[in-house]
Amino acid sequence: MSSKIKRNVLKSMIIGVLAYMGALGAPQPAQAEYADIVINNYADAAGMRPAVFPHWFHRIRFRCKVCHTDLGFAFKAGGNKIDMAKIIDGKFCGACHNGEISWSVENCAMCHSGIPGQPTHFHGSTVQRLIAPAYKPLQANDAKK
Amino acid sequence: MNHKTKAVSLSLAMLVSAFAWNAQSHADEATGVKQSPLMLAEVSSANTFNVNLKKPKSRNLPPAEDGIHDPENEATHSLQHPLDAYKGLPTSEFGNYVDWVKALDEGKLRPRWDRSDPNEEPFVLDLDIVRPVKASVPDVVFPHRQHTEWLYCSNCHPAIFIPQKNANQISMSAILLGQKCGVCHGKVSFPIETKTCRKCHSKPKPAGWTPPLSEATLKNPWK
Repeated sequence: MSSKIKRNVLKSMIIGVLAYMGALGAPQPAQAEYADIVINNYADAAGMRPAVFPHWFHRIRFRCKVCHTDLGFAFKAGGNKIDMAKIIDGKFCGACHNGEISWSVENCAMCHSGIPGQPTHFHGSTVQRLIAPAYKPLQANDAKK
Repeated sequence: MNHKTKAVSLSLAMLVSAFAWNAQSHADEATGVKQSPLMLAEVSSANTFNVNLKKPKSRNLPPAEDGIHDPENEATHSLQHPLDAYKGLPTSEFGNYVDWVKALDEGKLRPRWDRSDPNEEPFVLDLDIVRPVKASVPDVVFPHRQHTEWLYCSNCHPAIFIPQKNANQISMSAILLGQKCGVCHGKVSFPIETKTCRKCHSKPKPAGWTPPLSEATLKNPWK
């Protein structure tokens, strides 16, 4: 084998290995449930993980009307400006998460369970796919850096 | 498992590129000519493969693996797995892969109409609205029944839809951008995909219907 071929083989192997390692580290697209919402209006700034709201879980138990009429949730992810003060006053999530209808607010990490640093977004939304900049999911250990 | 398949495809890519490099150097040696034929490595990878779009390997993942929940948060692991909740519900091919309307109709779900009173019943309006469509796709039938099972009148009227005939301009562009039907569809109720077109566009055109000719065709001087 001539030295030229050897060099070529070595070159292609190095590139291949590099590509392989790069792909291992590449972020995987999020595969959350359709209509899961990450709400990060204030959470990151307050040193909490962003809240995750699963629509699928709640629609099994309540019709849309309960939250979107009776409790006044607007049809807009992050548009309700919910903060903990409103929740402990029995507004928004606090209308049910009060220890009577559902578990109470001391279970912080049940809602505040999102990967830190994620922007407020609607998982699987058509609008987001069409007009918003591509969302790159963060890895869990990105937050530590 | 994602990593494994990636590893396989990438080792394939490695082999192909290594082969291409070797082939090129052999060809150079044999002919002694600088100009070499078009090699695989020089062709854009977009042109060398003809493959279908990737399907997600798995769906309805548990919260800890779904990419938006933090697996380092302990409580993430005590959240419910969607597949546990979906057991026995009618399935669909989009969204959560659950046919929510059918589940409600079949009585497999009993979501509350009131926050605390499990016995309150919804006010259901059984009224279909037919909306003729200019294009050749089937006309739209809007069923109030399925919507009022879940929602209250004031969720849509009058802010999103004026409750009056011919008062609402609706287009697919508006819907795709999240207005009109798109306030919910494409976000939480069934998504806007090819598989779901016929859920709304469900009434065949009247017999003998032909698409209207465009003005450019009518005025075409070379006709």
